Amino acid sequence: MSSQGPTPAAQLARFNVSPARRRKDRIARGLILAATVLALIPLALIVYYLLRKGLSSWSVNFFTTDPTGNTFFGSSNIGGIKSAILGTIEIVALASAIAVPIGIGVAVWLVEYGRSSWFANTVRFFVDVLTGVPSILFGLFIYIVLIVGTGSSYAGYKGSLALSLLMLPVVIRSAEVVLLLIPGALRESALALGAPRWRVILSIVVPTALPGMVTGVLLAVARAAGETAPLLFTAASTHETNFNLGQFMNSLPVQIYNDVTSPTTAVVNRAWGAALTLVVMILLLNLIARLIARRSRLA
Amino acid sequence: MEAASVHGGERSILERSPLARLPDRALKYGLTALAALILALIVFFFVRLVGEARPAFAKEGVVGFVFGNDWNVSAEHFGALPLLVGTLITSVLALLIGVPVAVATAVYATELCPLRLRAPLTILVELLAAVPSVVYGLWGIFFLAPKLQPAEQWVADRLSFIPFIGGGLVTIPNYFVTGLVLAIMILPIVSAISREVMTTVPGDHKEAALGLGATRWEMIRIAVLPYCRSGVVGGAMLGLGRAIGETIAVTILIGDAPKLGGHLFAQGYSLAAVIANEFGEAQGLHRSALFAAGLVLFVLTLLVNGVARLLVLRAARPGGGGKGVTAAGRPLAEVAEGA
Repeated sequence: MSSQGPTPAAQLARFNVSPARRRKDRIARGLILAATVLALIPLALIVYYLLRKGLSSWSVNFFTTDPTGNTFFGSSNIGGIKSAILGTIEIVALASAIAVPIGIGVAVWLVEYGRSSWFANTVRFFVDVLTGVPSILFGLFIYIVLIVGTGSSYAGYKGSLALSLLMLPVVIRSAEVVLLLIPGALRESALALGAPRWRVILSIVVPTALPGMVTGVLLAVARAAGETAPLLFTAASTHETNFNLGQFMNSLPVQIYNDVTSPTTAVVNRAWGAALTLVVMILLLNLIARLIARRSRLA
Repeated sequence: MEAASVHGGERSILERSPLARLPDRALKYGLTALAALILALIVFFFVRLVGEARPAFAKEGVVGFVFGNDWNVSAEHFGALPLLVGTLITSVLALLIGVPVAVATAVYATELCPLRLRAPLTILVELLAAVPSVVYGLWGIFFLAPKLQPAEQWVADRLSFIPFIGGGLVTIPNYFVTGLVLAIMILPIVSAISREVMTTVPGDHKEAALGLGATRWEMIRIAVLPYCRSGVVGGAMLGLGRAIGETIAVTILIGDAPKLGGHLFAQGYSLAAVIANEFGEAQGLHRSALFAAGLVLFVLTLLVNGVARLLVLRAARPGGGGKGVTAAGRPLAEVAEGA
C-alpha cells in the first residue's frame, strides 16, 4: 500500500522538525522516563528495608515459637510468629475452600446459562460492586451476621468467611474470562454425541478450563492472605497456635498490625520479620500463578 | 419444530426421560441459586448495615452525622466530618500524585520502552500490588514518614502564607504522608488499566501522526492520549475507589485526630481508620456510629466505582472511547497513506 511512499516523506519530516519541537520532544520523553523510574523507587526501597530489617529477625526460634505477649518495655522474651503463620494458612485455606467452588459455580452459570440475560448482567454488576467494596466492610458484615446475630465471639472460620467474600469477585471474574475462551465447537461436539448439558459442563468445559482458572484462584488467595482489616473483628487475635477454626485465631497481617504500634524495638523488629515472611509467601503464590498462566495458555 | 413433531409414544424420541434430565435441572437451578445468593448477600448486608447504623443517625441526624466536626467518643457525640474529609483529602492527594506517574509509566511501557524491557517493567510495577497493605503501613511509619518529616517541615515553613498547607507543626503521622503511600498503592491498578487502554489505540492513528511529521511526543499527545482519555479516567476512578477504602495502611499513617486537622501536615483520621481503630472496644451508640461511618464509606465507594466502571466500559466498547478520534483519524490515515 505505501511501501515506497513513507520513506522519503518520513526523512523529510525528520529533517524539517524545528529545534523547539525537537527540544520539547526530548523534554517530554525525559519526563516520562523519569516518572517511570520514580514509580520503581518505592518498590526498591520497600524490598531493601524488608530484607534488611526482616532477615535480621529471622531465626529458627522466630518460626517455631508462639508470641508470648510479653511486649512491655525491655522485655527479653517476646517469642516468634508460629501461631501467626499457621493461623494465616488455616484461615486462608478455609476461605479458599468456600470461595473457589462458589466462585467457579457462579462463573459457570454466567457463561453457560446466564449469558447476556438481564439477570446475568445484574449478577455481573453486583460482582463488580463486590470488587469495589473496601475489605474492612466485609469484616463488618460478618460481624453483624455472625457475632451480633448469634451473640458469640470471634472465631477463625468467621475470618475465613470474611476473606472468602473478598475472594469471590476475583475468582468469578477470572474464571468467567477463561470459560469464555473454551471453543463453542467443543461443547457442540459433546452435545452432538448425545451428552446431556450437565455432563458437557462437568466433564468437558470445567476440566478444560481448570488450569486457566488456577491462576485466578491463586491470585485471589494471594490477595486474601495479605488482608488485615477483615480479620480484625472476626478472627483475631490470640497468641497461641490453634488448630480449631472455631476459636480465636492469630494471623500474620494482624500480628504485624498489632506489633507496629508497640513502643518496644524488639516487637517492631518482629513485625519486620513477619512482614518479610508474609511478602515471601504472597510472592511465591504470585510466581506460581504466573508460571501456570504461561504454561496453560488457552486458545 | 421438526424435532417436536417426531413422536414416539408420550414424548419425542429425541427427548430424554424426565429422570435422565434431573441432573441437568439440578445443575441449572443450583448454579442459578448460587448466582442469586451473591445478589441476596449484598442487599442483605446493606439492609443490616442501615439497621445497625440507625441509632447513630437518629441521635445526630443524617446531616449532623455526616457534617459534624467532632468525633468525641467520651461525650457520645459523633460527627463524621473529620473522617470524611480525611478520607477525601488523602484519596485526592493519592490521585494527584499517583495518576500522572501511573499514566507516564503506561505511556513509557507501551510507546517508548525497548520491546525487551516491556515485560520486566510491567511485572515490576505489578509487584507493587502484591505488597500487603499492612506492609505499606509498616514501611511508611518507620521509614518514609520520619525521613520525610524535615522536608515537610521545610515546605510548611516556606509556604506558611498558604492556608491549609503551611504554617503548622509537622507531625509524623499526617495527611500528606498517607496520601503519598496511597499514591504508591494505587499506582499498579491505574497503570495496568491505562496500559490496557493504550494498547487499543489503532496503529493507523499513530502511523498517521508520525507520517504527518509529528515527533514521538506529539504523536503521543495527538494520537494516543485523546484516544484513551475516558479509559484512563476510569482507571483513575478505580484507583480512587481503592484509596477511599484502604484501611490498614491509612490507620497506621494518618493518626487519630478527633477533629479536622488544621493543615496538610497535621494528624487526621479517616472513615476506614476509625472503624479499624475503635471497633474492637466500641459499645452501644459508639458502635452504631462506627457502623454509620461504614455505611458512609460503602455509599462513597459505590458511587466512585459506579462512575469508574461506566467510564472503563465506554472506553472498552469498540469505537466507543475513540469515536471522535476515529472520525478525525480516518482521513488522517488516508492522507498519510496517500503521501
